[in-house]
Amino acid sequence: MVKYILQRVGYMIITLFIVTTLTFFLMKLIPGSPFNNFEKLTEVQREILLDKYGLNEPLPVQYYQYMVNMVKGDLGISFQFDNTPVTKLIANRIGPSAQLGLQAMIVGAVLGIFLGVIAALKQNTWIDYGSTFIAVVGKSVPSFIFAGLLQYYVSVKLGWLPVMLWKGPEYTILPTIALAMFPISIAARFMRTEMIEVLGSDYITLARAKGASRWQISVKHALRNALIPVVTVMGPLAVSLMTGSLVIEQIFGIPGLGEQFVKSINMNDYPVIMGTNILFAVLFVVVILIVDILYGIIDPRIRISGGKAK
Amino acid sequence: MEKILEVKDLRISFHTFSGEVQAIRGVNFDLYYGETLAIVGESGSGKSVTTKSIMRLLPENNSEIKSGQILFDGKDLTKLKDKDMQKIRGKDISMIFQDPMTSLNPTMKIGNQIMEPLIKHQNMSRHAAKERAIDLLKLVGIPKPEIRVDQYPHQFSGGMRQRVVIAIALACNPKVLIADEPTTALDVTIQAQILELMKDLQKKIDTSIIFITHDLGVVANVADRVAVMYGGKIVEIGTADEIFYNPQHPYTWGLISSMPDMDTDDEELFSIPGTPPDLLEPPKGDAFAPRNPYVMKIDLEQEPPFFKVSDTHYAATWLLHPDAPKVEPPEAVKRRQSQYQGTVGVGNGVALEKDKFPGKKEGK
Repeated sequence: MVKYILQRVGYMIITLFIVTTLTFFLMKLIPGSPFNNFEKLTEVQREILLDKYGLNEPLPVQYYQYMVNMVKGDLGISFQFDNTPVTKLIANRIGPSAQLGLQAMIVGAVLGIFLGVIAALKQNTWIDYGSTFIAVVGKSVPSFIFAGLLQYYVSVKLGWLPVMLWKGPEYTILPTIALAMFPISIAARFMRTEMIEVLGSDYITLARAKGASRWQISVKHALRNALIPVVTVMGPLAVSLMTGSLVIEQIFGIPGLGEQFVKSINMNDYPVIMGTNILFAVLFVVVILIVDILYGIIDPRIRISGGKAK
Repeated sequence: MEKILEVKDLRISFHTFSGEVQAIRGVNFDLYYGETLAIVGESGSGKSVTTKSIMRLLPENNSEIKSGQILFDGKDLTKLKDKDMQKIRGKDISMIFQDPMTSLNPTMKIGNQIMEPLIKHQNMSRHAAKERAIDLLKLVGIPKPEIRVDQYPHQFSGGMRQRVVIAIALACNPKVLIADEPTTALDVTIQAQILELMKDLQKKIDTSIIFITHDLGVVANVADRVAVMYGGKIVEIGTADEIFYNPQHPYTWGLISSMPDMDTDDEELFSIPGTPPDLLEPPKGDAFAPRNPYVMKIDLEQEPPFFKVSDTHYAATWLLHPDAPKVEPPEAVKRRQSQYQGTVGVGNGVALEKDKFPGKKEGK
């Protein structure tokens, strides 16, 4: 297992290297300059600015410089956000995004799996149709609609929760619900399909033939087998939620990563684009590793036999 | 001979979008203590549905027991509540399924899967159940059971998995064991091993077996009695010798003729022409009539009743009616009939090796 994880970490580093390289060169293809009113400056002023930020060097040299600094943990200084180091910028912003994403993911996975399971167990009853309805609504209605509705009814009309901002646990509830609708619907749909398939399989019939009760059959035999594909889709979904939903962060005024990322692209703020992108890539490969390890825990067939096979 | 299970006039339908499929149309049979009853027939003849209904394992949403009784231990299984049925499944009646590759839970240790019925029905502690699981694995011939008990199904071969399924089925010493084509998915050498194992275990734990198969070779190997099913009905039932050496129903003739025979040098393998009846609209007369080379007018109009051939042998064909013309059965059947007449005093083991299996009670 340890050997397997080390091997995977090796692959992760290669993946990250490739992602970083690609992003670096693709980013340079974006037209425009990172500086405001660059055209109006004199030749000398431009030279000074470009020199200061190392943008005068040939591209391969810039790339080399960046990679060396990155390995040292230095992601450069933002051109736009008050010359703050990128690492500090991200560190300040990642907290709310990660918290919101994680909360939404947990709520989404738990509720979605629950809905999917009961829908499968009560197939073609009003419970099933109700769960399907929630799933369809959650998937087809964009999160900002939920956000708006929640803000209007729960906060403005009823006054139960704050409308926006990010000042404590009660502020996180509405954005979490708005953001969780999507993972709920995804988990519910997958779970229902998988459960129905698993419940129709031979080993469930055998479990019934053993005299197992309905509860034992659904929880002990079916659930674990049905979870495998659900874990697959939920992993990458978790990353996209954690790294911030731009819209939700905007609507609720949450100081998160998503907002900053889009701004940095619009302004050609190279170091911030690079930094955020590297962060996304790291999160992504880490989540994929976690998903693979989870597979092994759920399904012994995929369990990685690091020379342990008997 | 005491009966352990009685199936009386069982009728089962499936409700589908195209209408009501009458899968079982009045099935009657008894199962005696310690015997092996084979149910043979082609796909769709209703053999699996019959046995699944005994276990009450038919899908609840679209199947319906229209009428009939399944008497076990004085109880009518068709009337039991699901909770009470759970107490019988796996304890008094258990089942072995066709495909060992899919009938074990892939994410559960073998040991836990065997322990489940023990803990449920015999209130064993986990520790005691595990000991028993190891014993059971040893019983079904799995080497190193102490290690194997903690392994998962994917670490076992097909034959080994079927042994595990048998261990699960036998865990609580059931009175009735239903084997639904237990060897169909296995290759021939493993088939023989599994059949050998089942015969061996039947002796040890003294259970009655209902053995479903479409393989007459397997039937000859294991069965004391044979019921032949066609179109949702039993068309002929008798001892294994009677069915193999003195068959009466034209469908049984067809089945026997289509068995490859080592004694003749027939190049071509016989097959029964036509297709099974559509049970959405079951035929009026004998369901086999359209495929029957000996068909008579009455076959198309009226269903044949059971005619008695001997105390143990019945067949539902109008050919046995006193007024019916004498017909010549196919060559393969005639050969067998002449063997049978030469060996009256059933059970001397000429071809069926019957004397190898104690527990056989008929014909003595």
